[in-house]
Amino acid sequence: MLERLRHPWPDNRAERTLGAVALLIAVGVVAMVVFVGVHAWPIFQHNGLGWLGPAPKGTSIEEQFQTMQATSLNPPPSAYTLNAWPLVYGTLLCTIPAVLIGITVAILSSIFIVELAPARLRRIVIPVIRLLASVPSVVYGLIGILVLVPFVGNHLISPAEKVSVQNTVELTGAGVLVAIVIITVRITPIMVALICEALVSVPNSWREGAIALGVNPVRAILAVSLRAARPAIVAAAVLATARALGEAIMISMVSGSRSFAPRFSDGITALFEPFRTLASTIVDYHEGLAAPALGSALYAFALLLLFSALVLSVSGYLIKLPLRKYQVRG
Amino acid sequence: MSTVYADPMRPGREMKSGPGRRSSPLSWRWTDRLALAFAWIAGIGLCLIAAAIVIYMGVRGVQYLRPSLLGSRPEVSLTQSGTGGFLDPILGTMILTAIGLVLATPLAVASALWVAEYGRPTWLARVVESSIEVVAGTPDIVIALFGLALFQLHLLAPFSSVSEGGGVYGRSFLAAGAMMSLIALPPIFTATRDGLEAVPAHMREAAYALGKTRIATIRRVLLPSVRSNMATGVTLGVSRIIGDTAIVVLLLGQTLRIETEGSNPVLGLLKGTGSTLTSYVYDNSPAGEGAAPQKAYAAAVVLLLLVLGLNLIVGRIGRSQADSMGMNIGAGIV
Repeated sequence: MLERLRHPWPDNRAERTLGAVALLIAVGVVAMVVFVGVHAWPIFQHNGLGWLGPAPKGTSIEEQFQTMQATSLNPPPSAYTLNAWPLVYGTLLCTIPAVLIGITVAILSSIFIVELAPARLRRIVIPVIRLLASVPSVVYGLIGILVLVPFVGNHLISPAEKVSVQNTVELTGAGVLVAIVIITVRITPIMVALICEALVSVPNSWREGAIALGVNPVRAILAVSLRAARPAIVAAAVLATARALGEAIMISMVSGSRSFAPRFSDGITALFEPFRTLASTIVDYHEGLAAPALGSALYAFALLLLFSALVLSVSGYLIKLPLRKYQVRG
Repeated sequence: MSTVYADPMRPGREMKSGPGRRSSPLSWRWTDRLALAFAWIAGIGLCLIAAAIVIYMGVRGVQYLRPSLLGSRPEVSLTQSGTGGFLDPILGTMILTAIGLVLATPLAVASALWVAEYGRPTWLARVVESSIEVVAGTPDIVIALFGLALFQLHLLAPFSSVSEGGGVYGRSFLAAGAMMSLIALPPIFTATRDGLEAVPAHMREAAYALGKTRIATIRRVLLPSVRSNMATGVTLGVSRIIGDTAIVVLLLGQTLRIETEGSNPVLGLLKGTGSTLTSYVYDNSPAGEGAAPQKAYAAAVVLLLLVLGLNLIVGRIGRSQADSMGMNIGAGIV
């Protein structure tokens, strides 16, 4: 047997074997979509796409989860009622600000690191950024829940604010603000690493050419380097958004884990109100996966996440197409 | 706005800076000065936050991390001092990493070879590449749910335990490791493919000219020359596996200690349940049941040290590569 392996393979057999292995991955991805889709199907069957909508007055999604969990192995159709808008809203509420803040800070600080910082600082900062980009998200979650949540709860939220919403929700500190901060801290190093790499690979002569034409260095960076790095910036934003959407454990730790939709009518207090995202709900309720209705709901959330990841990567590809003219990499 | 500033876009204005002299920022347009100021603020702010996180975790490590924690097993206790160490989570992390790599590396390298060296028909190669991109973009929690659905099939019952009622538990080291291999797959694939594409064509041509077949060229010429790329990919894959929490929480059964299943020690371990450093941190944080923040900090510091070590390895491999130009700092983040 070993002797046969040691002999050189005929080329076509090698090609077929390697190709089969590669196809296995494609089959696996299809299987993933099918499996998640099949398990999510009952929710679509009973609610259509209506499960994405807001709950009717007087019911909350938490009660719906309890109904789902309480039913036996053969739940009545009524147990499948789901109105998950608070979760979708919560996901958007923490993802969009975090990505917007993160991308701005990432672009500016990449410029700083690559073009402005003294070489000695750069040699320290780059490994640290790389480290922060690969720190497990649960560590950020730990810092969030042990440091930021108590700080916000004790110092930023005034007793008056706690009283003002005490009839609907209890403010502990875990909520929108901490979640946005933690997600931003989580995704910014990833974006900085990608954008820095693109900025570094812009040929020096391009920028020098601009400076030789009389433009000041900052304008040269903005107009030449940054323009050349645009595909990498898009790629970084797409990747960061995907990470932020799919971040489950970390958000479940710092979001207060209540399926509450923070209300802007509460003014600044809305920043401290707890919420849930689609991904963190899966973590919070994973012990109820055995209940068919609840399990199906969680798989429906997973399907939505999978779908948004697909949409993100396709739209990133489409945005990058016209930008490729001056691209350096990415 | 009557100040005179250097503006090449408006001819007729006098340039303040002469040849060979740097223009001072004071003479620039205000938008440029603003951009400069913001770049400095953002950059220094980022450095400060980064330093704060690293120093904070370092202090916590010195405070709470004791060598005895690494060698003792977790215990169930009401007091924080009685809960033991995290030997089992460390072993769990190692076992999962091993399973994930054993499954992912051959898959990823074989498909990278096929895509880069054969890749016919072209559309099929594109399909394979896109599906790996899809895997890379899929949140780990979705992969974990997929794994649960997969391993709760009755067909796959041998890979985990079966409960009294005949339901398949679906949670085991094998199940979690298999899903971990999906997480490690994209970095290994990308690194290997990029390495193969960077091998100059004349090396292949020289091998073909000597009468070697394609597969012999791959084995004797290409694989040895992309070894360092593969090593980078594998290291990145390891750091992805080590850092993942969602798959562990959903698929490893969440027992404090490693519990084996059945009598065969190896098979029983693979079918058994346990925890990893990440799930240990999660469980001991106020969000989990343990509420032992000191242990959570200590385990988090161990995680950080592991990631730091892996980063150093990647950096060393990157430097030793012949084409080590640039800073290569974004390598393998995707």
